[in-house]
Amino acid sequence: MKELKIFSVVAIFTLILYWGVEPFAHSQMHKHVEGHNFTYDGTADIEEAEAKVAVAKETKTKVAEAEATLAAKKTFWADVKRISKLNGNAANGEGLFAMCAGCHMEGAVNMGGVTPPSLEKAGALYDKNYLIALVKNPAMASNVDHKYADTMMHPMGSVTTMVVDDQSIADVVAFLMEKKKGEMTSKEAFKDACGRCHAMRYAKTTQIGDTPVFKEKKDALAHEIKVLDEQALVKGYMGKLPPDLSMMIRARSAEYMETFVENPQSQLPGTSMPRTGLSHEGYEKVKQYLTEIGDPSKPAREAIGPWVVLFFVVFSVLALLWKKEKWRDHH
Amino acid sequence: MAHFEKANSINEWMDQRLAVNTLKKVMQTEYWIPKNINFLWAMGMVLAATFGILLVSGIFLLMYYKPDVNMAFDSVNYTIMTEVGYGWLWRHIHGVAASLVFLVIYIHMFTGIYYGSYKKGRELIWLSGMLLFVTFSAEAFSGYMLPWGQMSYWAGMVITNLFSAGSLELYGLVEWIRGDYVPGDAFLTRFFMLHVLLLPLAIIGLIVLHFGTLRIPHVNNQDGEEFDFAEAAKLYKEGKVKESKVIPFSPVFLSKDVFVLGVYFILFFYLVFFHFEFAMDPVNFDPADGLKTPPHIYPEWYFLWSYEILRPFPKDPGLVAFGIAQVIFLMLPFLDRSPNVAPASRRGLFNVWFWIMLLDMLVLTVMGKLPPQGIWNTIGLVAALVFFALWIALPIITKSEKKL
Ligand code: HEC
Ligand code: HEC
Ligand code: HEM
Repeated sequence: MKELKIFSVVAIFTLILYWGVEPFAHSQMHKHVEGHNFTYDGTADIEEAEAKVAVAKETKTKVAEAEATLAAKKTFWADVKRISKLNGNAANGEGLFAMCAGCHMEGAVNMGGVTPPSLEKAGALYDKNYLIALVKNPAMASNVDHKYADTMMHPMGSVTTMVVDDQSIADVVAFLMEKKKGEMTSKEAFKDACGRCHAMRYAKTTQIGDTPVFKEKKDALAHEIKVLDEQALVKGYMGKLPPDLSMMIRARSAEYMETFVENPQSQLPGTSMPRTGLSHEGYEKVKQYLTEIGDPSKPAREAIGPWVVLFFVVFSVLALLWKKEKWRDHH
Repeated sequence: MAHFEKANSINEWMDQRLAVNTLKKVMQTEYWIPKNINFLWAMGMVLAATFGILLVSGIFLLMYYKPDVNMAFDSVNYTIMTEVGYGWLWRHIHGVAASLVFLVIYIHMFTGIYYGSYKKGRELIWLSGMLLFVTFSAEAFSGYMLPWGQMSYWAGMVITNLFSAGSLELYGLVEWIRGDYVPGDAFLTRFFMLHVLLLPLAIIGLIVLHFGTLRIPHVNNQDGEEFDFAEAAKLYKEGKVKESKVIPFSPVFLSKDVFVLGVYFILFFYLVFFHFEFAMDPVNFDPADGLKTPPHIYPEWYFLWSYEILRPFPKDPGLVAFGIAQVIFLMLPFLDRSPNVAPASRRGLFNVWFWIMLLDMLVLTVMGKLPPQGIWNTIGLVAALVFFALWIALPIITKSEKKL
């Protein structure tokens, strides 16, 4: 039928147009970053260091430095691999954990720029290999060693003098993985993983936690000053105030978010945001929270949508019958 | 005082005072539409309906939107999307409708071009239609400023910069338009005024004009056939509906319009609920930041073709090309020198012209979004040159067209 032929021409042009300005354009605009499904074995870090060596050689600047970094990364991640094969003893780990708890405790205060997160559910949030790497050398693990001439300067750097040998590292991580897991709400996951740096104003939460409702303006202002002080410290540490994440889930693609959180350097080379070492499940929880706050209509859309579409299908069928009836005898 | 009889029904009462029966005849039951038309002739009604949707959803959004650089972003993204019941629905409807309306406008325009519906008495339909296109573009652009996200800010910056007119360096004019050195509060409130008052008023006026220009020449038909509407209408009224070449707009043609609308709304609401991202750029969910230029700045898809005409040329020629591209479609009825009103498929070289033009606009649109590098830049440049070559060729090939 002629009308269908015309319709298919219109449809084909529309689809090509859509493909061109959406999937195709986006695939060309954003570089592709390989994800590693939230596992951490240093592959990405070593590749990055290799690329830097290549650039250094090409421009003939700081070649030795770049090569040293590469070597350090290789040794570091080989160490991590070795430790991860050890059998950790959670009971031993519990004793060692007291040292962690010196910084990571209820009511912890800002330390070198950020407030150390709670580790109460660390086993449910972080990847095991990442934790090993983190205790071994925090700056290397979170891939921000370039910020430090001496990685001891990292706010958690002193841990390397507290938990030194391989077996101790394996033990304390085993303790976290076995004893500090438990169900986590999406909000707790966000708080522990991102909340020390990022505020979420649509959820009324800041770097120092949920903002209470104050009766007195004086108290509200006093709280605000505390928030500003904390933010000033974070800014001092990170070089800039990390952005509010309220709408981030709609501002970045799912793929970007995943690869960025897994390894911030992959998307923003040189950025000061550290890798957070989330496991796959840990990230899913964080993502769930970002979605609840940034895109809260999702469940409603999915519930109502099919009915509205169905309504118009029925409407169209009735309209077609009406049209047939009106046009009868006209041809 | 005129003499009024006592009315026996509401209808009669209304008719005495407002001539509703005459109105109904003129606009509906005796507004004759050729029978020989396809669903593309329903696109005008689809546009009118989409405009209605934009108006209604816009009114709902307006109840909570705050035109202030400190509040705009959150009033949209938090208040409307989270706190207001079904606020998200109105916003998604408004966003999707704003994007789809352009798709349908382009289909409607190219239908007009294909069937030669801008010629021989129909020039004013075309011109008023083009004015609608221009006002709709301004409406869409001003609306895009309102959420005050990164793209609002930077698109506002780039587009207002165009008014410095390249080497003429009219920075005073740019500042006058912005009301400030850079887009800020003054800029936002004036675009707010344009978006919710002045431009919608202009659009409503232009739609009335557009409908008015249709009444005397009547709409065209699939064969460009010219016939006597009065005679055909007489046949119809005598009951020879099969022999007559016309049908009344209401209810006969309307029944088809309503069916097409139904199918359109299936697509429309599918997009609203399940696939709205295409109409709401992610970058605009980052709040405006004058210190952080986004890596890629591009307009919404419906402006891409003209953006791509601006981009590949050096500054001044680019601006001139851009300026010409904005108005050249207005000139179509005068640049087409052929006496034939017929579908392009019967018009020889014009048929080739039509399809190349369509493809060229498609290529320009896609290139307009890609980063201007390497091969994309070359393709964009060639497509822009082809665009102008086509317009130069148009009077020549149509002049030599044989009379059908
Ligand atoms: C000197 C104080 C200190 C000690 C001791 C310490 N930490 Fe930390 N820890 C921090 C600080 C500060 C941060 C936040 C660092 C940042 O965000 O850059 C942190 C972050 C973390 C994180 C989150 C890191 C990420 O990338 O998301 C984990 C997990 C963690 N510490 C585990 C431990 C464990 C396990 C120990 C004991 C073996 C420990 N910490 C000992 C101060 C400390
Ligand atoms: C130690 C502080 C810190 C932690 C913890 C942190 N971030 Fe960040 N984040 C930053 C900083 C700093 C930036 C700004 C980066 C820049 O612009 O270079 C940033 C930027 C971002 C961005 C924006 C990137 C862009 O494209 O502009 C996203 C998304 C993000 N963080 C997500 C997260 C998530 C999700 C978490 C928790 C899993 C998290 N961050 C934890 C410091 C942090
Ligand atoms: C956006 C608002 C617009 C609305 C609401 C609108 C509405 C309509 C309607 C209801 C018709 C009659 C039915 C039909 O042929 O589809 C029509 C016809 C027409 N319109 Fe539009 N239109 C709009 C924009 C435009 C634009 C941008 C153009 C192109 C410049 C245009 C050009 C025409 C032409 C040439 C016709 C006559 C078609 C024929 O005779 O076959 N219109 N319009």
